[in-house]
Amino acid sequence: MGIRPVAISVDAPNVSKGLCQRRGYTFTFLSDPQAETIRRYDLLHKGVGVKGHDIARPAEFLVDSSGTVRWVNLTEDVRVRARPEQMIEAAKALQ
Amino acid sequence: MKRRLNWFLWAGFLVSVLAFVSYFLFFAQFPVTRDFPWVNFLLFGAAAVLLVVGLHRAFARASSYRGKVAGPILATLSTLILGFFCFAMFVESRQLPFADHAPRVGQKAPPFSLPDTNGRSESLSELLSTPIGVSSALQRGPKGVLLVFYRGYW
Repeated sequence: MGIRPVAISVDAPNVSKGLCQRRGYTFTFLSDPQAETIRRYDLLHKGVGVKGHDIARPAEFLVDSSGTVRWVNLTEDVRVRARPEQMIEAAKALQ
Repeated sequence: MKRRLNWFLWAGFLVSVLAFVSYFLFFAQFPVTRDFPWVNFLLFGAAAVLLVVGLHRAFARASSYRGKVAGPILATLSTLILGFFCFAMFVESRQLPFADHAPRVGQKAPPFSLPDTNGRSESLSELLSTPIGVSSALQRGPKGVLLVFYRGYW
């Protein structure tokens, strides 16, 4: 599809690495332990992580090669995530 | 005449416990049963039927069945379990902060530079320009990047 997926959370690099190894993920996982980038994207969810840490609320952004946001998914319910079909539709529009 | 054990009451209670627990242990893994927990509501419905039959037996046929004390207690507990389940599904999981200032369609994605799983720092512009794959057909950069922010602590 030509789209590079990048996962971002407050997990430290070694925690994400363990997750990738357990699940066989090969795409990029980035660590934002101080939630700076999460704040920049206004996705901070204060105090609901383990031990009261701040974490990100779930969200996906499709960014084209010029750096412009082309698709956003901000779920209203943590249990409901974007389905693969929705993302593929959005990705096709980037041709 | 010895009164019989009112197993409908106990079955109803156990099914409601199963309805609650099975969501988190099993059904939450599949989007079709996670997004709206219809299987679990069916199980709660079955539990309700069992409890209603059990209560009827305990009170209308009290000479044959036990359960005048256990019945109301189990029915109340099962109702509380259902209530807690609905709270978890529809109230608590929606307690998300508003993301009014999150980037919208048409805006530039804010730049960042974060370490990957090997500790190597990667920036948004690098991710947008570094070719993916090793075949010569993909020597240009990707068409786009999908940023997936998740809660972490999986």
